[in-house]
Parts: sequence; structure tokens; C-alpha cells
Amino acid sequence: MVEAILFVLMAISAIAGAVTVVVARNAVYSAMGLLGTLFSVAVIYVVQLAHLVAAVQVIVYAGAVLTLFLFVIMLIGVDKSESRDEALPHQRAIVGGIAGAMVLLVGGVTVFGDFDWVPAGSTINANATNGTVEAVAAPLFTDWVLAFEATALLLTIAAAGAIALAHHRRRPS
Amino acid sequence: MTELIWLAIAVPLAGSVLLHFFGRFLKEPLPGVIASLAVGTSFVIALTAAIPFFEGGAHGETVLLWEWMPAIGANIEILWDPLAAMMTLIVTGVGALIHVFAIGYMHGDERFHRFFAILNLFIASMLILVLAGNYAMLFLGWELVGLCSYLLIGFWFRRHSAAAAAKKAFIVNRIGDLGLMVGLMLVFTAFGTLSYAGIFDRADAELTTGLATAIALLFFVGVVGKSAQIPLYVWLPDAMEGPTPVSALIHAATMVTAGVYLIARSAAIYELAPAAQVTVATVGAFTALWAATIAMGQRDIKRVLAYSTISQLGYMILAVGTTAYVAGLFHLMTHAFFKALLFLGAGSVIHAMNDEQDMYKMGGLFKKMKVTGITMGIATIAIAGIPPLGGFWSKDEILAAVFERGGYFSFLWVIGLVTALITGFYMARQFILVFLGKPRWDEGVQPHESPRVMTVPLVILALLSTIGGLTNTPIRLSLEHFLEPAFESITLAHPPEETWLLVVIAALSVIAGLVGIGAASVNYLRPREDWERWEGGLEPVWSWWGQAYGVDEFYGRTIVAPGKRLAEVTAFDIDIPVIDGAVNGVGRLVRGLGAWIRPLQTGYVRNYGALLLAGTVVILIWLLVGGA
Amino acid sequence: MIDPGWYMGLAAVLFMIGALGLLLRRNALVMFMCIELMLNAVNLTLISAGRALNDLNGQVAVFFILVVAAAEVVVGLAIIVSVFRLRATASVDELSELRG
Repeated sequence: MVEAILFVLMAISAIAGAVTVVVARNAVYSAMGLLGTLFSVAVIYVVQLAHLVAAVQVIVYAGAVLTLFLFVIMLIGVDKSESRDEALPHQRAIVGGIAGAMVLLVGGVTVFGDFDWVPAGSTINANATNGTVEAVAAPLFTDWVLAFEATALLLTIAAAGAIALAHHRRRPS
Repeated sequence: MTELIWLAIAVPLAGSVLLHFFGRFLKEPLPGVIASLAVGTSFVIALTAAIPFFEGGAHGETVLLWEWMPAIGANIEILWDPLAAMMTLIVTGVGALIHVFAIGYMHGDERFHRFFAILNLFIASMLILVLAGNYAMLFLGWELVGLCSYLLIGFWFRRHSAAAAAKKAFIVNRIGDLGLMVGLMLVFTAFGTLSYAGIFDRADAELTTGLATAIALLFFVGVVGKSAQIPLYVWLPDAMEGPTPVSALIHAATMVTAGVYLIARSAAIYELAPAAQVTVATVGAFTALWAATIAMGQRDIKRVLAYSTISQLGYMILAVGTTAYVAGLFHLMTHAFFKALLFLGAGSVIHAMNDEQDMYKMGGLFKKMKVTGITMGIATIAIAGIPPLGGFWSKDEILAAVFERGGYFSFLWVIGLVTALITGFYMARQFILVFLGKPRWDEGVQPHESPRVMTVPLVILALLSTIGGLTNTPIRLSLEHFLEPAFESITLAHPPEETWLLVVIAALSVIAGLVGIGAASVNYLRPREDWERWEGGLEPVWSWWGQAYGVDEFYGRTIVAPGKRLAEVTAFDIDIPVIDGAVNGVGRLVRGLGAWIRPLQTGYVRNYGALLLAGTVVILIWLLVGGA
Repeated sequence: MIDPGWYMGLAAVLFMIGALGLLLRRNALVMFMCIELMLNAVNLTLISAGRALNDLNGQVAVFFILVVAAAEVVVGLAIIVSVFRLRATASVDELSELRG
């Protein structure tokens, strides 16, 4: 019952945040909306016992990434707001078509689909997916260690690439 | 010294490279001096290296410089034997004199240094040709002299006729080169090598008469092209568009003799092909007569000499076809002297007459140009075959050898004799029209003797023309002994042994020459109106001669015009609509397709995103509804 | 314990909102945020599915996605900054040189 209440609350706030991201004409509001969504999703993670991921979500996403976003927003101008006129021809029609198709698809699957989220005969064992640091670290450093190393390399390259891109070469003139 | 003979090629080559790249920084006449010195050095080297041959008895030596393609016997190697030595000495000796002359003749030309760069390259190429130790290298030189000839004939390429003449020379020569190339392929098939050493020693054992005849005739096709014989001689008269030193050097003294040299070098193969020898001799004899008659009717001073060259080359070819190789090479040498002299003299005259070449507008030049006149006179007597000058001994030796063969060759001897008469006529006609009689100059022409740098070579060449014949008189056969080691295994045709017969034959040819000279003198020493009426009286034959029997027009109608038509058809009716059409069609197709799908690439990332998402949705629908 | 389908539904809605924002907004920064929204939706799906299937690897996958998303944001923002330096605009519609 607690889960259901939390889900409803968090779903509402997540969707509200997401809508804010899309609708807000000023990028700062978009970033605030995104912050709300990220927190809501983090709460849902906790409800689903994904403790480590929830923590990382808050620290990395809400903390680091969003701060970065805000910095860049400030860098390129906070006060710029975007007009709502659509410049590209047919863009709205195409997007509308896609959105309609997706709604129909998801709705159709939900309503008419014969869909078992949980395989028949199995029960959810909360202990198996209790995402403590220790529990997540075990597969991460055994089964997925190669991917882990690769990700580390990717991060290093990304950091170097960001420096190279953002570095402003002052020409002698 | 033999090992260093490659320097004879290397020095002019180096001179050419030097002048090509740095010549423009040198002030006139420095490039000419450098080039002349290079050729002179070559001459000295060759002379030193030839000492053993002068001493007598020494055999040829092959000097290997670099293994180029050993598998087919095509190395950079030099065969240094008396034949090569003699050719080298002629090429470098006469070449050096002509270089010196050209310093004066080309004075003031804006591409002075370039002229000498090519001239040096030509000497180097000709030496590659005559010094080659195998047919591959010979072919290399053969093509190189063709190239130099093209460059030099077209030296004044801004003149349309010069460019056309250069092209004509090159293309006609290519026809002959094709024959030589096929002949070389046959040689390689038969022997598995192109090396002289590997061919001549085994020719007897490896070649059937048929194969030898085929090779000999294919070689002769090349000779016909390069040495300007019937039917490919047409390029040589046109080649007179080049500067006169070029005409002297290439189209009289050296390059055109390459054919004679090739036959002499390949004597071992011709030896096995009597039919080919008869063909060669016949073509030579008829060319001699044919060109001599044309020479009679020419008005252009250089064209007379051009046809005279063809005629004299005919003599040489007749000689080598009769297997009188020594006589042929002897005539090659004396001819190199007096023809170079004639051309240089003509150059001196043209120079003096402000580039006027029409003999009808000359006359009376002897008083103005003593040196040129006297030296040209010597050359005229020499070519007409009057003793004791060069032409007499060599021409007489050829005719005597042809006579001695007897049978069919007696007929060729008669042709040769008639040609000797005509030669005397047209040469005397030229001399009289240019130097004697009353002046018929255009307004404003002030003839003057040429500078020392031009007359000195004339004097030296006149001296050589006078005494050059004494190298191989029946009394003292020096040249024959000199060349002996090169023709050891070859049966040579000789003049008759009996002295009285020899004297009779000699007397006949001298009489023929004298009659020709006499007839011309009687005719052309008269006032202009008289001999013009006389020439008019010989119509229409005279016009035929003047227009060279219309052979050029004939070739133009039968070969050039259809060729051009064919080229036009292939170009405009096949290539452009079909081949180009196909290529362009493919291009248009791709362009059309591109234009059709191009609007898809709007350049807006949000469009791409929408399409990407739409694609995802489609795949999802397919998976959920259709696929699963 | 509620049905995992609800979580999936929430993820689908978030994903759609993100996708629509990506396609309709022209501010590069906002588009980036929309991409983050979509990534979050996917993460939610993975966690829910992992829980429903008793599999911890769902959370491991999310961990990787978080890291890659962070890397992507870093590089993407750097690109936006350098483009802004050149063009003084953050609108992606201005950057259409690759038009066919």
C-alpha cells in the first residue's frame, strides 16, 4: 500500500517535471523540471530496492550533470527564451503522427495485449534484487569487469575530448 | 680506354641536362660553346679509344655497364668495334663542327640554349644507337633520335608548317619503327636474347632462310622509315622546316644513316636472306633515281639538298643490299662530310639572304660570299663524283661492286649510273642558280659573308670532303682494313679485280657526272628567260618533278584523309554519342536519383531525429503486431 | 507490491515526453535534457524488469547507462559551448550546413 501511494505521488511529480522540461520557454525552468523528475525517479528506485543506483542518480545526475547544465545555460545566456513558432515544415505533423502511433501502440499493448510482466509461477524475491553496494559490486567486478574497464576508459576519453573541444585557442592576432 | 668509352655518351648527355636546367642562366654564346665542347670531348674520347683499331687487327669488345634486363639479353652494354668506332667518329666529328656552326647560325634566337640542349641530347642518343651492345639498347637510341628529330624539326613550333613537319616526321618514322619492333620480337623468339653476341654467332645455326628473310625485311621496314627510302621518304623534305644546322646534322649526316648502320650491324642476319638483300638493293636503287629526278625540279635550296640526301641514302642502301658493306659505310662517311658541308653552306646562304630559300631569287652570290661559294663548289663536285674528291671514290666503289654482282644487279648498276648523271645535273644547277649568273635578289637584300664561327666549320668540312675519299681508294684500302674485324664472318661484295674493268666503270660514272654538270652549265649559264623557257618546255614532266610526283598528295588522299575520316567517325559518331553517352548517362542517372532523394537531407537534426523515431515505431509495430 | 506494468507505463510516458521534447524544442540544451529524460525512462524500465525477474543485472546495466550518459553530457555540452562560440546561438535549426 505504501508502494502504491509512493508510486502515484512520484509518478505525478516525475511527469510534471518532464512536462516542465519540454514546455518551459526558459532553459533554467527546464533544468528545474528535470531535477524534479530525477528526484522522483530516484525515489522510485529506492522503492524498488535499488539503493546504490538511487544514490548515484542523485549524486551524479542531480548533483553533477545538472550543475553542468546550469553552468552552460549561464554561459550561453539565461535570458534567452525560445519562440514557439515551428520553423521546420511538417515537423509538427510528423511528431504528431509518431506520438499518435506510440500512444496507440502502448495503449493497445496494455489494453489488448496478453502480457505477463512477471513470469507465471515465479514470485518476487526481494532479497535477490536488494541493490546494496555490496550486491551490485559483486557482478560489476566479476561478470562485467571488462565492460567496467571499458567504461572507465570511455570516461577518460570523454573528459579529454571535452577539454579539447572547449579549450579556446587564442590566436596571436 | 675502351672501358671509358661510355663517357662518349655521358658527356653530351650531361651537357644536355646541364643546358636544359641551367642554360637559361647562361649568356649567349656560352650554351653553344659548352655543347660544342661536350661533343668535341666525345670525339677525342672516341678517337683515343679507337687507336687499337687504327693499329689494325684489334677485335671488338663488349663493355657491360649495368645489368638492365639480363634475362632477355638487354643490358646497358657497349659494343666497341671498328664499325661502332667509325660511326662514333663521324657522328661526333661532324656533329662538333655543326655545333660550332650553329653558334653562329642560331645567333639571337630566344631559345638559343634550348636548341643546344636538344642538339646535345641528339648526339647522345645517336651514340647510344651506334654503341649499343644489343638490339634493345639500339632500339632505345633509335627511338631517342626519332624524338630529338621531332623536337628539332619543330624547334620553331610557332610556325605552323614546322609543327606539321615535326609531326609528319615522327608519325612516318613510327610506321617504320613498328616493323623494327616486330622484327626484334621475331629475333627474340628465335634466339631468346637480344644481345648481339648471342645472335650473330648463332645466326647460322638458329635461323631458317624464311625466318631470316622475315627478320631482315622487318628490319628493313624500320630502315625505310629512318633512312627515308621509298615509300616512307616523304618526311625528310618536310623536315627542312627545322633550323639548317639540324638539317645538316640529323637529316643528312647522322640520323638518317642509322638505317644503313642497322643493316651493316645485322649483316649476319642479312647474309642468310638473299631475297631480302635483293629487295634492299632494289629499293635503294629506285629511291636513288626517284629522289634525284625530284631534286631536279626543286626551287627551294634546302629541298634540293633534302632530295639529294634521299638519293644518296639510296646509294648506301643499294650498297649494303649488295653486301658491299664497306662501300656503303664509306659512302656514308664521305656523304656525311659533303652533305653536312652543303647544308651548312646552304644555311650560310640563307642566313646571308635574310631567310630567303628560293634559288630563283638568288644568283651572283659568289662575289659576295667567297668562302661559302668555294666550299659549296667543292661539295658540289664531290657529290657529283668527280675525282679525286670524296664522292668519287665511294660512289664508284658502290657502283663497281654492284656491277661485279652481275645478273639482276647489272640493271641496278644502270640505274645507279643514270642517277649519277642526274646528280651532276641538279647539283650543278643549284650551284649555278645560287652563286653564278646575275643577281635576282629581292629588294633590300644585302648578302654578306657569314661570321668566322660559321665559315671555319665550312672550311674544315671542305677539307674533309676533299681528302675523305682517300681513306679507301683501290690503291690503298685503309677503311676496308679498318673495318675488317667487324665483318670477319660476312661475305663482302667487292669491286672487280681486273684493273681495266675498274677503270672503265670509274670512267663511266665520272663521264655521267661530267655530262650532268656540263648539261646544267650549258643550260643555266644562259640568261634567266632562256632556262625558264627550257624548263617550261619540259612540261608537264617538270611540274611532276617540282611537286615530287605528287606523292604527298597521293598519301594525303589515300592514307591521311581516310585516317582522318576514320578518326572523325570514331570520335564524333561513336565515342561521343555511345561511349561518352554511356558514361554521361550513368552520371545523369546518379544525379537524377540524388536530386530525387536529396530533399530528405534537410540538414535539420530534428528532422533526422523524427525520422529515426518514426523508423523505431515502424519496427516496433512490425515486431509487436506483424512479427510476434 | 504493485504490478510492474505500472512502472513500465510510467517509463513509457516519460520516454514519450522526452521524445516529443527532443523533436519539438530547438534549444540544444533543452534537447539534451530531453535525452536525459528518455535515458531515465529506460533506466526505470531496466530496474523494474530486473526486480520482476529477480535479476540484479538490471541494476548493473543502469549503472553503466548512468556512466555513459554522464560521459555523453560532458562531450555534448562541450560541443554546444564551442558551437555557441562560433555562432552565438544554441538553436540547432541554425546548424543546417549539411543540407542535401
